[in-house]
Amino acid sequence: MSSRDAILASIRSNLPKIDRPLPALPEFDDGPSADLTEAFGKALARMGGRLLTPDPADDGRACIWGLIEHSWLVCSATPEVAGEVDLAKVADPRALADVDHAVVRACCGVAETGSVLLTDHDLKVNALAYLAQHLIVLLDPTDIVVNIHSAYARPEFRERRYAVFHSGPSATADIEGVLILGAQGVRSLSVLLAPRNASVPDQAQGAHSTQWGP
Amino acid sequence: MSKQPQGGSPDSPKFEPQPRGARSRGDKPIDQAEAAERFLAAPRHQQQHDTRLWTLRQRRDDQMWAMPEWEEMRSLASAIKEHTLCHLDTYLETFEANAKANGVVVHWAKDAAEHNRIVLEVLQRRGARTLIKSKSMLTEECGLRADLAKAGVEVIETDLGERIQQLDDEDPSHVVVPAVHKLRSDVAKVFAATIGSDPDNDDPPYLAGAQRDATRPLILNAEAGMTGANFLVAETGAVVVCTNEGNADLCANVPDLHIVSAGIEKLVPRSEDLAIFVRMLSRSALGSPITQYTSHFRGPCRGGEMHVVLVDNGRSERLGMSEFWTSLKCIRCGACMNTCPVYRRSGGLSYGATYSGPIGLIIDPTFNARKYSNLPFASTLNGSCTNVCPVKINIHEQIYAWRKVLVSQHETPFVKRAAMKAAGALFARPAMYRAAIERTNDALASLPRFAIYNGLNAWGKNREMPHPPAETFHQWYARNRGAKP
Repeated sequence: MSSRDAILASIRSNLPKIDRPLPALPEFDDGPSADLTEAFGKALARMGGRLLTPDPADDGRACIWGLIEHSWLVCSATPEVAGEVDLAKVADPRALADVDHAVVRACCGVAETGSVLLTDHDLKVNALAYLAQHLIVLLDPTDIVVNIHSAYARPEFRERRYAVFHSGPSATADIEGVLILGAQGVRSLSVLLAPRNASVPDQAQGAHSTQWGP
Repeated sequence: MSKQPQGGSPDSPKFEPQPRGARSRGDKPIDQAEAAERFLAAPRHQQQHDTRLWTLRQRRDDQMWAMPEWEEMRSLASAIKEHTLCHLDTYLETFEANAKANGVVVHWAKDAAEHNRIVLEVLQRRGARTLIKSKSMLTEECGLRADLAKAGVEVIETDLGERIQQLDDEDPSHVVVPAVHKLRSDVAKVFAATIGSDPDNDDPPYLAGAQRDATRPLILNAEAGMTGANFLVAETGAVVVCTNEGNADLCANVPDLHIVSAGIEKLVPRSEDLAIFVRMLSRSALGSPITQYTSHFRGPCRGGEMHVVLVDNGRSERLGMSEFWTSLKCIRCGACMNTCPVYRRSGGLSYGATYSGPIGLIIDPTFNARKYSNLPFASTLNGSCTNVCPVKINIHEQIYAWRKVLVSQHETPFVKRAAMKAAGALFARPAMYRAAIERTNDALASLPRFAIYNGLNAWGKNREMPHPPAETFHQWYARNRGAKP
């Protein structure tokens, strides 16, 4: 008998002889925060991340520039921001080891926890979000959902090979409970409120002039 | 944060060596009390440990009070887990089919040895000799590192706490914070000897930075990566891993080979079920609303390979133990450990087992009833563990049930049996019991300290005895209600 069959047979002979139905789950969103963006920002700050709200006169360019002005290497996974590494040509994630700032657009944000949802589709190379020293995430305020329950209703969890909630930078408190940011992954997480720009061309058209960044 | 060593360098008069864990000798019963006594004899370690874990418990309470649906969530979490365990065979088959369809190779391991053999075979087929790993209690349970080392595979733990423990050649003492029993001075000593950090600098940010710098090249050069699994989702074939450091994502996404080690009890039926557990896991563990990273792996990175090893190692048998099967609901948050007065004051290593604290007391005897026969007695049965458990395991009742099982199997020492026999005789004779209580109360109130706090009274060790009441309940009742006692 294969181990698979042996384990399944052992389970079947030991199954509790009781009926336990699978419960239907509420969404727990009866009293959502009036202002999801504000709730998101507060939750993110508690997790060690920061929310950047661009000046109304600025479409986000100044904000981004402020973050990456002194960066030694910017790698962008979104066509909205120009980077210095062409992710399509990165065959080995180790090539991203020296990235200082990574930029990516999130599928959604979660007001309850200050999380942003990133997938392999958004990141192009998954390791980008962990090898970089700093992570900048673009988030459309209309993509913010109430809580983790509403986030799990999204299609990414069925469609993508990789989906991850980032709720702050890499952190540890393993030595006497002292909180340290930048344990193994990014040292900082900045989330920039930036509506999805319908006019941004896709990469195939390569119209760099409409991109933000260096 | 001062640059001055706060824990005291080995030369400083303040230095207190780290107490080590229980002595393990084959199948011989672990003497938890002996190891606990050595931990208590190191006051700086003991106090830091107690305070740190109680802080986590208080933060958990803050999160709980901020969530009106907390109790409903606990009931739902428990119901989902019980339902899944009652249909575990079909959910495992569903998971396997979906994972395979996503391009994942699924393996089944009956026990620790088979698990370690499968992992080694997968590594050898790819010629991989270096493995970066995120924290996994299952691989601790299986003794994976030792087996891989014998086969010439270098394993590098990437969670800071787990790395400290690996470099110190010591087991993790807690399921969430593996090095919580160590002071910064202990870490400075370990790092100075192993990764060449400054022995006189025990500033935690410095130590964490030194470890980051030392581990980064190992991550970049590793030929394979391994993670555990917090949850497996049957309907999507997803493996879910929660970390704060993002180290699981580095292990899974940097090398092109990702091996997942997962216990068969980690399943949940639907993606939406994750919301219940993800919302409760870190709130229960650390008092944070969520871990920094909650990662869902459904298939290999482009061009890579992903393997999942489903491990039984005694779990299917436990499923058939009517009093103990619900311990399989455990999501390893560690809340029961943080709240337990025995755990907080004796340290996780005193249990001499992979799983320590209240959950360990009810899991460890299923692995070896003789070796862990003393553990169910390392509890006050105060029930706090049960109250904080996010999946509603009746931990303290199971601890008590294990005592009965172990006593009936004679897996308890003679002194304990003799004491229990004497107590049994006393409890069976009400008049004798009342007389004894009156005498004890009088004695506690009038005896000098040396007569109460000595080696013969285990309850007086390292703590104050309760103040005896002026009269017994029976005396009070006789005086106030006038009935014959």
